[in-house]
Amino acid sequence: MPPPVDTPQYVVEASGLTKRFNAFTAVAGVDFSIPRGGCFGILGPNGAGKTTLLRMVLGQTLPTAGSLRVLGLPMPRETRRVRARIGVVPQMDNLDPDFTVYENLAIYANYFGLSRRAVHRRIEELLDFVELSQRAETRINTLSGGMKRRLSVARALVNDPEMLVLDEPTTGFDPQVRHLIWTRLRSLKNTGKTMILTTHYMEEAERLCDALMIVDHGRIIARGSPRELIREHVEPEVIEIHTPPPELRERLGRLNGHRVEYVGETLYCYTREPRDVLPALEGMPEVSFMRRPANLEDVFLRLTGRDLRE
Amino acid sequence: MSAIAARLRALDWRLPATGRGAITVWWRNFLVWRKLMRPSLLFNFGEPLIYLVGLGFGLGSFIREMAGMPYLTFIATGVLASSAMNTASFEGLYSVYARMVPQQTYEGMLATPLMVDDIVAGEMLWCATKGVISSTAILLVAAALGAITDWRAALCLPLFLLVGFCFAGPALVVASLSNSFDFFAYYITLVMTPMFMLCGVFFPTSALPEFVQGLVVFLPLWHAVELIRPLSAGQPVTDVVLHVGVLALYGAVGFYIAVLLLRRRLIT
Repeated sequence: MPPPVDTPQYVVEASGLTKRFNAFTAVAGVDFSIPRGGCFGILGPNGAGKTTLLRMVLGQTLPTAGSLRVLGLPMPRETRRVRARIGVVPQMDNLDPDFTVYENLAIYANYFGLSRRAVHRRIEELLDFVELSQRAETRINTLSGGMKRRLSVARALVNDPEMLVLDEPTTGFDPQVRHLIWTRLRSLKNTGKTMILTTHYMEEAERLCDALMIVDHGRIIARGSPRELIREHVEPEVIEIHTPPPELRERLGRLNGHRVEYVGETLYCYTREPRDVLPALEGMPEVSFMRRPANLEDVFLRLTGRDLRE
Repeated sequence: MSAIAARLRALDWRLPATGRGAITVWWRNFLVWRKLMRPSLLFNFGEPLIYLVGLGFGLGSFIREMAGMPYLTFIATGVLASSAMNTASFEGLYSVYARMVPQQTYEGMLATPLMVDDIVAGEMLWCATKGVISSTAILLVAAALGAITDWRAALCLPLFLLVGFCFAGPALVVASLSNSFDFFAYYITLVMTPMFMLCGVFFPTSALPEFVQGLVVFLPLWHAVELIRPLSAGQPVTDVVLHVGVLALYGAVGFYIAVLLLRRRLIT
């Protein structure tokens, strides 16, 4: 593969990017750019337009309007050249069920024009990297879900891409798998690969992303680093109180400078001065509460609301 | 009407563009086939053997001769053509749909430099290849049974590829319109089975009512039989350009329509 001729500062540059499916607007004229290097997160509730954005980056969905450059090349015109330089971990594994673990990687490499001989060593390294070396000759349908996911990560690297696109890489997996994948993604980030990740796990975004944007209803509603977003959009501390008695509600109501939210039987008190709030809780040993620093999930819920999205 | 016009305008009408990518799709299918080669070849050889022994010897003992050749030869040379049709069609319907929908193989391919055009071209080529495999198996069985003796029958090999290509096109069109495996029953019952019965595989089309004969000339299997039977039975072949042209046209038009439909279906 020839080395990239141009290495622009941004791996993705979108302006006025729009995608409509008949009457439904999935992406509503967004402007953003994703810098080279590091991990960029796209967060949003179900149906917010995350996957549509990624599909446009990959040339799998054609924009209705606006302009989009990926790796400096205009899309969708340069789809072939762009895809040659990207690795994709899809939301649902689409490994080839008719082949073994090793064959899956070799045949996928062939789609990139890389011969089996040329990628043999690389495949062995990748299997090592995702801890599947012992399974090289195993058929796909006997792998566990976590193994399949790891193989998907290895497959996305078979063309030694500059950029990795991950659509909800750990959704539905147990903590062991998630932590292994996070570790591997962090080490990939350190080798200089750019990563674009969609997720609705705020913990994942906080751990991996250097910068992110939150999208909802096809629009970008916030952007920044996880810390910036927390600083900008929520108070630094949260006190969660489970089944607060009415007099506590009254007491908190009298205090100023806090934001109180009820979700079912739980009261969330967002505050800059937890010391003002905690005395109100004294003398109520029967009330259970938890004090914690605000996190990205608080930002997310504040911005996108608590209504269910289905 | 205007809704249809709008949908037609929305299609990407550019002519298919493909290259090496199609070969990698073909190669993937070949590797899968190689893994399951034994049961697949058993089917390819076993089925015609049963047909030829059953119909050729069984019916043949009553009929003896048809259109100037032993009935066993008549059946064998007809099935050479229909088998390429059946094999290519089934691959283009069921296997392609399995790769497209439940296995999401194409979704995986579309994250690589492969484009929809490459996928369709690779699948066409593979369906045609399967047609060659099955018809060649029949050729060998028929030769072993003494039904085909002329060495010119080997010239049929490229024709098997053409017949496979011809039927792969419409099969891919049906697969790209389908939302379930059940949909294929319409195509098989309403299109393939009538063609199988009417196009001269089992008896000469001159036995049909005249208006049916007039329709049969539009069916690609009739052209396939008209080419393959005389060539494999050692008789003179006529209207070669017409027959080859019709077969190529069905394949090419089917290919183009399948590309249009799958561009719309796979690239949203």
